[in-house]
Amino acid sequence: MKIGVVTFPGSLDDVDAQRAVRLAGAEPVALWHGDHDLKGVDAVILPGGFSYGDYLRCGAIARFAPVMTEVVEGANKGMPVLGICNGFQILCESHLLPGALIRNDHRTFVCRDQELVVENAGTAWTRAYEQGQQITVPLKNGEGGFVADAETLDRLEGEGRVVVRYVGANPNGSLRDIAGVTNERGNVVGLMPHPEHAVEDLCGPGTDGLGFFASAVQALAAV
Amino acid sequence: MARVIVDVMPKPEILDPQGKAVHGALPRLGFTGVTDVRQGKRFELEVAQADEATLAEVERIAGTLLSNPVIEDYTVRVEVDA
Repeated sequence: MKIGVVTFPGSLDDVDAQRAVRLAGAEPVALWHGDHDLKGVDAVILPGGFSYGDYLRCGAIARFAPVMTEVVEGANKGMPVLGICNGFQILCESHLLPGALIRNDHRTFVCRDQELVVENAGTAWTRAYEQGQQITVPLKNGEGGFVADAETLDRLEGEGRVVVRYVGANPNGSLRDIAGVTNERGNVVGLMPHPEHAVEDLCGPGTDGLGFFASAVQALAAV
Repeated sequence: MARVIVDVMPKPEILDPQGKAVHGALPRLGFTGVTDVRQGKRFELEVAQADEATLAEVERIAGTLLSNPVIEDYTVRVEVDA
């Protein structure tokens, strides 16, 4: 079982994501933004960082990277795709997920261990969790405010497509405390917090993040 | 040669933290007459000819890359030399 992790110019957390994939029991495969090639992987992770220096808008230029043609094609066919932080921004810019991420309302970078509640434990990336489970993973962003129009937000809530929500004080101004969402099919998930930084007891706040990667392994095994 | 200007602004209903920061700095500098500030982006595109086909292309550029329709509006205009 192979899970690809795309490296863009300016990606930071690609190696951590590869490590999380390995700890979850799958084989991580490094993918390059400039290649029209997914190297036969079964799922793809777009990692955190500052692709293309966040120029223009976060994720706006990465969206048009060569590899994204194949990622979008795969996602539309049901391949599991996870976007973490900058990856989430790229998925929104690619229109694989609704909404957009804007600068934090308090205008400062936030970096802390963040409590989340898993509100949809049915997606390809959250099925290893219990519905309503509370988890703690690191959050670090400057432009993490999730916004969409009221109609879109209502639809996301109504269809159970809010995957994770912030617990406690809202860290970045995200509307309705939304930390992550999924597409209609449940194979594409994006979130601002970083589960790949919570996969080992030695570093980070614990191992609560491992479930995202274990979920994909479960989902792929079930196919 | 001609210059086409694309202005991109955050939609009115979208929070603009940068504009707010600028607005917040004004009273500290003694400027008290400004009630709100919104910050956007201006793109200057040099083109061979600002004909209909080129402007249609600039519209597509503005809508796909220069702005994100979820959070931003854009306008396209040809800059006339003084």
